[in-house]
Amino acid sequence: MDLLNFTIDNLALLGTLTMEHISLVALAVGLAILTGVPIGILITQNERIAKVVLYVASIIITIPSIALFGLMIPLLSTIGHGIGYVPAVITVLLYSQLPIIRNTYTAIHNVEPSLREAARGIGMTPFQRLKMVEIPLAIPVIMAGVRTAVVMNIGVMAIAAYIGAGGLGVFISRGISQSDPRQLIVGAIAVSLLAIITDYGLIRLQKRLTPPGLTAAR
Amino acid sequence: MIKIDKLTKIFETPNGPVTAADHIEMEVPSGEICVLLGPSGCGKTTTLKMVNRIIPATSGKIYLGGEDTSGMDTVTLRRNIGYVIQQIGLFPNMTISENIAVVPKLLGWDKARYMTRAKELLEMVALDPSIFLNRYPNELSGGQQQRIGVARALAADPPVMLMDEPFGAIDPINREVIQDEFLKMQQELNKTIMFVSHDIDEAVKMADRIAIFRDGHLVQYDTPDDLLAHPKDDFVKNFVGDDRALKRLRLVTAESVMQTTFAYVKPNDTLAEALTKIDAYGYRDAVILVNDLHQPIGYVPKATAINMKGYCGEHYVGLKTIARTTDDLRKVASKMFTHDIVWMPCVDENGRLVGEVTQRGITHYLGATYQRDTSPSQPQPLHQAKEAS
Repeated sequence: MDLLNFTIDNLALLGTLTMEHISLVALAVGLAILTGVPIGILITQNERIAKVVLYVASIIITIPSIALFGLMIPLLSTIGHGIGYVPAVITVLLYSQLPIIRNTYTAIHNVEPSLREAARGIGMTPFQRLKMVEIPLAIPVIMAGVRTAVVMNIGVMAIAAYIGAGGLGVFISRGISQSDPRQLIVGAIAVSLLAIITDYGLIRLQKRLTPPGLTAAR
Repeated sequence: MIKIDKLTKIFETPNGPVTAADHIEMEVPSGEICVLLGPSGCGKTTTLKMVNRIIPATSGKIYLGGEDTSGMDTVTLRRNIGYVIQQIGLFPNMTISENIAVVPKLLGWDKARYMTRAKELLEMVALDPSIFLNRYPNELSGGQQQRIGVARALAADPPVMLMDEPFGAIDPINREVIQDEFLKMQQELNKTIMFVSHDIDEAVKMADRIAIFRDGHLVQYDTPDDLLAHPKDDFVKNFVGDDRALKRLRLVTAESVMQTTFAYVKPNDTLAEALTKIDAYGYRDAVILVNDLHQPIGYVPKATAINMKGYCGEHYVGLKTIARTTDDLRKVASKMFTHDIVWMPCVDENGRLVGEVTQRGITHYLGATYQRDTSPSQPQPLHQAKEAS
């Protein structure tokens, strides 16, 4: 009851923080798609470089999020953005690279060699091959990577409240510092719900983006 | 026309260089199907794929229609060559019409034009456009998919086609059907085609010329009949098989071996007239009976003609089987074996009697080519040589 009353009393704040959270994650993952997908495609051209890039991305993802946020403070202080929005977005962008690059790379790499040969044989340029064949076929797998990145980083972004980036993490951090279980629980539930709902939405989007020929009855 | 001049491919492998194709020289005349044949690893596929640079050649030249292709840009070159592969390689993200129209689209045709073309091609490969245009490849059977594969290769009407074991992944029954359809199409299209196969029967059926490859070398390049009749060495002999003379049956139609001077009787002729004809033509067994439409309906046996009296129409025996002029000799021989007979009447497309096919006729026709191999020290018996000519 207590929890419900608290939620109703703070509905406006909850809404604001949720929107903040979404905008942070959306911007970060959006930028991650814009960087990760091209990187994933480019590294299919060279296996050695692919290995290095995927290795680096794997290392980044093993750094604890709180440590990465902390690391951003001295680094970004030099341009006057040690805390707040910018380091939060950059951190999440870095975290998102691995699932997006890896899935893009795997998807393009695994396009059937016979399809690639057919595409070459009928006279497609490498760019036409990408645009007309390889990327459409890779879309489901790339989208799966995006989903992983989004869901994972909705959680990670909750910690960004500690560096003053806002978002639903604000409830959680306040709940801890003020020993107020209501705020803690509302924040935690809100983050979880946001992750679940977003994932569901992205599944729908993934289905819509998947070329119909890939799902038709076999 | 495709002309290949000293074409060579050397692959660099960890175990040293491997020569996959060694100074291949051949020429495929316009409008002909040339089948590249040989065991796996013989260089046939490598040779084919060098023509559209899927595999870059180490040295040598390729001319298409007299033009040296080494000066052409790869994309332009490929768009002028139809390409069909065994794995078919239809793009699963595109509908059938999009798959067929992909090259015309790349060439910048407008939509109305390439859609018309897609419909036309679907009809050509015997698939109903109203059913298939908007389907996706994975809704189609293997045979249907390969028909689309062929249609896609033909879309921009390239003069030259390369086919890499195009029907290899299709079940035997459908393969026969699709081969027949393809040959029929080719009669109208007159493409210059290079076709890789490892199946001698397919090669004999499809090819105007067969090129036998072994270890990167072109061993023999001949018409199917010459290849089967005169294999150059033991390798070719083994490859075309011990039954190579039988395989030639498929290459010859009944029309080319049938005898056009022959006797026949009509229902109103008397048996005495029948006997006269049997004796005059030296027939051992019987004479053919035709109806008023000149269609063979039976035969009058010699014994009947001798021992009975009356009209042929009353004393004939029904025909067990007939040959059509378009039947190949394999079919004719099969009918002979099935019915234990040594001759049969041969009819045209209207069922009218035009000749008769005999076992001797077949044997002589097929045997004629072997005479040129016979050494002068073993002269042929005179009568046999005469009959064969």
